[in-house]
Amino acid sequence: MTALLEVERLQVRFGATAAVRGASLSVAPGETHCLVGESGCGKSVTALAVMNLLARGGGRQAERLAFEGEDLLKLSERGMARLRGNAMAMIFQEPMTSLNPAYTVGSQMTEVLRRHKGASQRVAIDRAADLLARVGITAPGLRLGQFPHQLSGGLRQRVMIAMALMCEPRLLIADEPTTALDVTVQAQILRLLAGLQRDLGLGLLLITHDLGVVARVATRVSVMYAGEVVERAPTAELFANPRHPYTQGLLRCVPVPGKIRRDQPLGAIRGTVPRIGAGFAGCAFRERCDFADETCQRTIPRRSMGAAHDYLCRLPA
Amino acid sequence: MSDTAAAAPLRGPRRGWRSAATWFGATIVGIAAFCAIFAPLLVPHDPFAQDLGKRLLVPFWMDGSDPHHLLGTDQLGRDYLSRLIWGCRISMLIGVTVSLVSGVIGITLGVLGGFIGGRADDAVLFAITTRLALPVVLVALAVVGLLGSSMTLLVITLGLLQWDRFAVVSRATTMQVRTLDYVAAAWCAGCSRFRILAREVLPNIASHLVVVATLEAALAILLEAALSFLGLGVPPPLPSWGLMIAEAKDYMFFSPWLIVIPGVALFVLVLGINLLGDGLRDQFGARSE
Amino acid sequence: MTDAIEVRHVAKTFAVGKGRVVAVDDVSFSIPAGGVLGVVGESGCGKSTLARVILGLLSPDSGEVEIEGQKIAALDRKARARLIQPVFQDPFSSLNPLTRIRDIVALPLVAQGTLGRTEIARKVDEMLGRVGLSAEMGRRLPAELSGGQRQRVAIARALVLRPRVVVCDEPTSALDVSVQAQILNLLAELRRDLGLTYLFISHNLAVVEHVASEVAVMYLGRLVEQAPTETLFARPEHPYTKALLASVLTPEPGLGVPDVGLGDTLPDPANIPSGCRFHPRCPVAEPRCSTETPPFKPRASGGVECLLVP
Repeated sequence: MTALLEVERLQVRFGATAAVRGASLSVAPGETHCLVGESGCGKSVTALAVMNLLARGGGRQAERLAFEGEDLLKLSERGMARLRGNAMAMIFQEPMTSLNPAYTVGSQMTEVLRRHKGASQRVAIDRAADLLARVGITAPGLRLGQFPHQLSGGLRQRVMIAMALMCEPRLLIADEPTTALDVTVQAQILRLLAGLQRDLGLGLLLITHDLGVVARVATRVSVMYAGEVVERAPTAELFANPRHPYTQGLLRCVPVPGKIRRDQPLGAIRGTVPRIGAGFAGCAFRERCDFADETCQRTIPRRSMGAAHDYLCRLPA
Repeated sequence: MSDTAAAAPLRGPRRGWRSAATWFGATIVGIAAFCAIFAPLLVPHDPFAQDLGKRLLVPFWMDGSDPHHLLGTDQLGRDYLSRLIWGCRISMLIGVTVSLVSGVIGITLGVLGGFIGGRADDAVLFAITTRLALPVVLVALAVVGLLGSSMTLLVITLGLLQWDRFAVVSRATTMQVRTLDYVAAAWCAGCSRFRILAREVLPNIASHLVVVATLEAALAILLEAALSFLGLGVPPPLPSWGLMIAEAKDYMFFSPWLIVIPGVALFVLVLGINLLGDGLRDQFGARSE
Repeated sequence: MTDAIEVRHVAKTFAVGKGRVVAVDDVSFSIPAGGVLGVVGESGCGKSTLARVILGLLSPDSGEVEIEGQKIAALDRKARARLIQPVFQDPFSSLNPLTRIRDIVALPLVAQGTLGRTEIARKVDEMLGRVGLSAEMGRRLPAELSGGQRQRVAIARALVLRPRVVVCDEPTSALDVSVQAQILNLLAELRRDLGLTYLFISHNLAVVEHVASEVAVMYLGRLVEQAPTETLFARPEHPYTKALLASVLTPEPGLGVPDVGLGDTLPDPANIPSGCRFHPRCPVAEPRCSTETPPFKPRASGGVECLLVP
């Protein structure tokens, strides 16, 4: 089966800063792929590069960047605009910044469908109301006539999801969709996303920093650190058998109720993420790693543990 | 998370000190400041000395100009370059002192209103509204008309009339800074109100106030020129640019350079100050992001 | 033994437009010396307002706060600073961007006005070392530090006067997980070494479970359940507490996303429901919940405010 989205050795630079350094990942139809990492690791930039929405000054390069086999690198901005919001849609962390405050929810939702599919206003309104009900919004008719600021954070995020689904996308990229929300609302939204993904057979690329979210919704996981994907594995495999020292450290950092005694310290990763300048070679994690030696300054091999699990480290499998 | 923020500074055109316009403004203001400070050393002739034998000499780019008087002479035979330099001193003096007077009044009111809030803030808002209802030029005219013209009176009048923008900006920025956690932390650290105002609030709103100060200085220079043109600004024989334009208007058709030279000087100086102000605003704005 | 903090019937409302928003409504609790009380709840539940009242930044409409037996309303600012200090959420807005690190940490000492310059410098350097920052860092400006380092500076500033109580308002919410773990470990170590008492506010229940000895759950300004941490996590009584615990996503694959069972009506502090204020979202609400005000039912330690529990 061909992958929905294929990214191979993606590089993104902002001037002299390398934000993404050779990241590879793929999303299959109907799977939830989690891209996990800490702030500044390049996970959001990766998503923006895929959508060709990088801020000015950002340049992308890749060996392959394809959506349903179509090469996105060769696609014109026009062709990209045809795909965006249509076959591939995106949801952002703060829905308020991606909803236009001057238009009603209804007019923003119908505009997408009218632009991409040439649907009539009547058809579009019906579909919008349908989708709002589907994302668990009661009284969709009322919400269609409201402005974004009249909605709570959780409702806005539901509207964003419904809007992303208007054109029946095959790939949905969600960048920290629940980070700004309360825990109870987060659980509701994630449950909704997981259900929609299953029912509609969407490919979902979920970007998050929260390992709890990853564990509960992901089919496969890519762990990013300093612009590289340092480990890729199926979810259960990653949590049971993490190979990269960074993944191992990250998992030890998370307090789990009932697992670590209160007077015991959490496993922390020492130090901070290094600044990666031009000409940087070797493992970006070596300064913070307990297993680092001088060979970590050279090129690091990608080691494979079976078909679906690989990691970027000198340590043998 | 903050991945996208890392890219933000690269967005948009070059701003602040990276923009040529800012440097252009800074250069003009720098030259003007230099002329103002060292005017007594720079002037080639006494700007007040009349020589009726050398009236209305033409400037250097016209035929028949006198190499001793590069910009020619005025209707009383005074060296125009010397008067221009001296006029720069007056304009800059007015700009700086009016900014200072209005700054002290406006910042005090604005910071107190914004910091204390409640009744005090209501009072400050009322004062600002009242001040905005006063027509500056008419009041200045009336005051000068009643009390006679002098530099000091002009500075005090303009200073008392121009503090509103300082008050508005310092009030708004103070209210913003007041809610930040480092101010709360300073309260919890046991600092006095005065220390919090002086050490935590004022330094953090200063950048905005510098920008206001440039705008106010430019405005004061223009107002002084306008009042002097009407004969109600600085008293003659002081060579204010506005006064020079006023004196030249009778000779406008035969010796147009008499009006063009101070007019251009006034335009360039105000433009320079405003460009510098815009540049500083962008610079500070970019930093506070 | 006296309690480190005693909060009695504290209430605070804010005027917003024509209406009033109830932020904290008749909240009482105490924390024994050396204890850690975790306060959890959703945004808008009043936990941050409660922190500000306890710190003396806001004066309550009614009720009082005592620290080590002294009413904070009656203390002068210097005495108050020696008893209680804050650590705030956002390490970027909690440090004055124009002040060097060592001057930020020195601020509480300078405000006391009792020590000389060399003595202050010595204490600041010692404190910086204690939170894991070098003396060289002291010469830098906040913008030159990472989020975790800034939070260490905020902790150093809070502890330089050796206060008895520290109010931590979401101290790790803005940090990455690896840095969060460093800061939580540091806070725990300092509490043991210096005998501190913490009021620890967080929306992250997993973090609260790790640091707190007792947990208070707030909903729309009310403290709806309070219990020792083990009890609360093992046997939550209030339906809201149960929903909160259910929504914690532990990193355990295969469990899926739980059904929290709350409707999508969100709490609005400007419009408090009648009866039990949780009833519009409560999955087990009965008709009487919308009319009867639930009484506070005390337990061996703490208590719960719900009509449906015995």
